[in-house]
Amino acid sequence: MARDTTRIDVRKTYKLFIGGAFPRSESGYSYVVNDAKGKFVANAALASRKDARDAVVAARKAAGGWAGRTAYNRAQILYRVAELVEDRRPQFLLAVQQSEGLSAAKAGDVLDAAIDRLVWYAGWADKLTQVVGNANPVAGPFFNLSTPEPTGVVAVLAPQESSLLGLVSVVAPVVVTGNTAVVVSSYDRPLPAVTFAEVLATSDVPGGVINVLTGSAATVGPWLASHMDVNAIDLTGIAGDTALATDLEVAAADNLKRVRRAPAAEPDWTLTPGLDTMTDFVEIKTVWHPMGV
Amino acid sequence: MPTTATDYSDVTGSEASLRRFLHGLPGVDQVGAEARAAALGTRSIKTTAKAQALDLAIRMVDLTTLEGQDTHGKVRALASKAMRPDPADPTCPAVAAVCVYPDMVATVKQTLGSSGVNVAAVATAFPSGRAALDIKLADTRDAVEAGADEIDMVIDRGAFLSGHYLRVFEEIVAVREACARPGGDDAHLKVIFETGELQTLDNVRRVSWLAMMAGAHFIKTSTGKVQPAATLPVTLVMLEAVRDFREATGQMVGVKPAGGIRTAKDAIKYLVMVNEVAGPDWLDPAWFRFGASTLLNELLMQRTKMTTGRYSGPDYFTLD
Repeated sequence: MARDTTRIDVRKTYKLFIGGAFPRSESGYSYVVNDAKGKFVANAALASRKDARDAVVAARKAAGGWAGRTAYNRAQILYRVAELVEDRRPQFLLAVQQSEGLSAAKAGDVLDAAIDRLVWYAGWADKLTQVVGNANPVAGPFFNLSTPEPTGVVAVLAPQESSLLGLVSVVAPVVVTGNTAVVVSSYDRPLPAVTFAEVLATSDVPGGVINVLTGSAATVGPWLASHMDVNAIDLTGIAGDTALATDLEVAAADNLKRVRRAPAAEPDWTLTPGLDTMTDFVEIKTVWHPMGV
Repeated sequence: MPTTATDYSDVTGSEASLRRFLHGLPGVDQVGAEARAAALGTRSIKTTAKAQALDLAIRMVDLTTLEGQDTHGKVRALASKAMRPDPADPTCPAVAAVCVYPDMVATVKQTLGSSGVNVAAVATAFPSGRAALDIKLADTRDAVEAGADEIDMVIDRGAFLSGHYLRVFEEIVAVREACARPGGDDAHLKVIFETGELQTLDNVRRVSWLAMMAGAHFIKTSTGKVQPAATLPVTLVMLEAVRDFREATGQMVGVKPAGGIRTAKDAIKYLVMVNEVAGPDWLDPAWFRFGASTLLNELLMQRTKMTTGRYSGPDYFTLD
């Protein structure tokens, strides 16, 4: 009798990325992720409000150390992330193709752009201060210096359509200046974010600096927006949903969070970003120092 | 285990009889104790029950600062916090006590006034307990005279581990006498075992009985200076001991886990265990305490989350 050689599929259930570890959702829920044609690909963890809470705790714990690193070091680490994404090219290509229904060539272009975007932001790490900081002339014998400082813990609702390039374009500008991030990935297309989390875990990014939650921005977003220990929120992921965006902005006002407002529609991620992607999440600190002392 | 005897003077009369009694206590099944503690930790306490548990836990906190760098200003601030842990919410209860070194007792007493919050002082050469008996007693009397309502003493772990049970016993008795005040109203005595140094749960059960027979009002796990400090299995064994002691003698003894309890969730796990092992009679600040410093802020954050419906952050509570 001939042996049955049909191989059984390995059906993966991916997990969250919190504090440098890969926990399951506290809720125990996961959800089905289909490819662009509606075919089953994998299961992803469905993040709950408690996962968001844990992620904020991890991000807060990592904030001091990350902000305290030199800008040069943060640049190196971000560049290393770009290298590792490059190393995992086939895996990312497949994830992008499945998620966004692109041809291999188009997915390759998206991946190139995403890697270039990481390198671009890595380059800004030790240059932003020179561009947006200033030595202010003042009427007295003082050096008066304004420099950008990280805002703290930033919640990022990542874009729903562009699952890799969009994700990189909202996460990199937040962490490059020394913030830590809690990212809620695209709901329908979470797999590139999951693979990106695996890259982060094996790069030199300290645990907790970037936390990736797969799940619904509409469910988790309100908890992050109202969380008193989150300093800023990027609402890009709910582009077009004016009612939800208004609710989240109101909730965010309670502790005067910085808010990057939801655009009417998802932006064209292939364009070179502006500096506002970084300066939206920094605080300008001005120091007076007596001259000649 | 004795079921009728109420007087242990025949047991505590000599080293040999004491040893015979303590070693005659049933052994603790360590795997069983750990499994039981873990199982009780999975109980889900939500909504109104959680709100009640959080308030009870706040009322049970012995707000502690035992650092070499303590100043009068710092303990004064801590005492103010003890009376009103959440200044933004007048419904938030006060904690049970403020726990400090003896030289800070007068300052704390003055700040607390007639608020009902007790002053606890660690004494007897805390945390090591390595000093001569008369120095330990002088340390205790000093704190009592300064106005301490509660004395947290440490046992001589070296003597206990080398089997000199009677010496440990007599020391506890002597310290309890030093807690006396002329007009009655003696300071309550908490006996710290430093379970992290006692090696086995069998030892924890023995030392619990030893301290209770010597007249401890409270038995306490640790100083907070040694790891591991309070753990659920150790507290389980101590809760069983106070339960059995009440059954045997009719006397109730309190339990205080201290050190390493940092989250509101942990605190609630302990409360579940108190209820299930010792019984609801112990669910009272008079009979169960948490020795903690950072725990209070966690409890307050959870409490705020329950009342406001949004997560709070450490920025909104005082650092101490």
